[in-house]
Amino acid sequence: MIEVQHLSKRYGPFTAVDDVSFRAESGEILGFLGPNGAGKTTTMRIITGYMPASEGTATVAGHDVFAQPIEAKRKTGYLPETPPLYPDMTVREYLTFVARIKGVRKDIKGRVDEVMKRTWVADMANRHCGKLSKGYKQRVGLAQALIHNPEVLVLDEPTAGLDPKQIIETRQLIRELAGNHTIVLSTHILPEVSQTCQKVVIINKGKVVAIDTPDALTERLRGAVTMYLQAQGPIDDMQRALQSVSGVARVHLADRKDDTGIFEVDTEKGADVRRELATVIVRGGWGLLELRPVRVSLEDIFLSLTTEEVATGEPAAAGDLSAEASAKAEGGEVAGA
Amino acid sequence: MRNIVAIAQRELNAYFSSPIGYVLVGFFALLFGYFFYAALFFFEQQSMQAGMNPTQALNINQMLVGPTFMNTTVIMLLVFPLITMRTYSEEKRSGTIELLLTSPLTDLEIILGKFLGAMLLYAAMLSVTLIHMAVLFAFGNPEWKPIATGYLGLLLMGGCFLSLGLFISSLTKNQIVAAMATFAVFLLLWIINWLSGAVGPTGQAIMQHLSITEHFDDFSKGIIDTKHVIYYLSFIAFGLFLTMKSVDSERWRG
Repeated sequence: MIEVQHLSKRYGPFTAVDDVSFRAESGEILGFLGPNGAGKTTTMRIITGYMPASEGTATVAGHDVFAQPIEAKRKTGYLPETPPLYPDMTVREYLTFVARIKGVRKDIKGRVDEVMKRTWVADMANRHCGKLSKGYKQRVGLAQALIHNPEVLVLDEPTAGLDPKQIIETRQLIRELAGNHTIVLSTHILPEVSQTCQKVVIINKGKVVAIDTPDALTERLRGAVTMYLQAQGPIDDMQRALQSVSGVARVHLADRKDDTGIFEVDTEKGADVRRELATVIVRGGWGLLELRPVRVSLEDIFLSLTTEEVATGEPAAAGDLSAEASAKAEGGEVAGA
Repeated sequence: MRNIVAIAQRELNAYFSSPIGYVLVGFFALLFGYFFYAALFFFEQQSMQAGMNPTQALNINQMLVGPTFMNTTVIMLLVFPLITMRTYSEEKRSGTIELLLTSPLTDLEIILGKFLGAMLLYAAMLSVTLIHMAVLFAFGNPEWKPIATGYLGLLLMGGCFLSLGLFISSLTKNQIVAAMATFAVFLLLWIINWLSGAVGPTGQAIMQHLSITEHFDDFSKGIIDTKHVIYYLSFIAFGLFLTMKSVDSERWRG
């Protein structure tokens, strides 16, 4: 179990993490999502006891990381952004060393073998860490985090630098681990979150902008759907006709080719206007070539949430971004949640 | 304690799984051998002259072993920055410091482990010189006690340099900066008594007392004066204490 309450970290006048609170229950996988520089790594470093917070508390498996650092660290496995490997040690030597300093007392050899098998690095056991490929380094880093079978795993971008097959294997491994471990993982790869996590914390500029399940986040924005519509006829007339349909918020001409127009039709929340759109086109005597809803992906949510922040933070520079964001979804509502 | 040993072993492993350890031990042995031979040659000439005109007996401890030990401090001055420069700087640069600081270890355990590792490497360097002493015992008749106290003094003095080097290394990510700063501070501590004549009697006493090599004289003569032992031990403790504070403040600053 991990509990973070009102965590802030300031470097002089710069606030890296601003009043962040969240909770991951035992056996849960919590995804930490945010653009680069959002404060993901800083938050993870505080949870793992690498640095103290300026304000607030973090509790890992019942131990406050600041008041009882040794107990908390004993129960935490941490994979930093760059795997902390000693290039001059072999994988086996390295994992043996980590096992010793993490407090594994009996059968270190057996434990090292087991973890190497689990993270598919056993074939590199006698290779020097400095000579490994990026993918292997990452997995040795994961092995290092698992070695003392900690209750809590904190993984900073665990799939970065892996090839597609390794990414799938690693995600599978993380899901397998979830039952016995509480896992916090950070990423900026969105499908990863929907595939592995039970809970998502979206963080931007040090602030939490949304906490929910991936499904609920997608569901929340499903109300406002964008329709993709392709039709043949006089472009301006068609656009006017589409705009006149009730329940349509905005019609945007995305592309045109001779007399074929591709429109993006933003609808108001809850309104299903597919039938009306089709009727309007057909009644005008034009050719309806394609009509389908554009699915709101986690990616859109992420973009809308994080760019919304930019829009309010820096009004001058963010004009185009905020337009896109509000076109995609009404991000403000979710951000306020 | 287990943690300290684990860290110390890793440190030694790092020295000896790369050329660093062998180069350090090798060149230390080379230089020590040269100093030893030079002192031996001088002693041989002296004893030839004394043989023709036997007014006084020559003391091999005072004329050969003592000066060689004193010269060893010069090697330490040049070589030790190279031992300590990587201890913290390298961990910070490669990010492995994150592993150490998020493991269930106290700062003191990490620091003592690193210090012990460096001391063991230094002991390995010194152990090579036992060969020269064995040669002396085989062909001459030196007293063993001044030699033993000499080695004790060298170990203590080396400990001072290492603890200070560890501290300086903990201040920077850059190994070259760490090495150069360490060298400069060592040199200053070594020659600080040069100016002692210019600063009045009180200042002179203070400077004499601060000079690292000043305290070594008695050891090479076979005297274990608690004053000097305490100086060296408190110097080591102070260096390690500073390292601890530096690591801790680094943590707060991020």
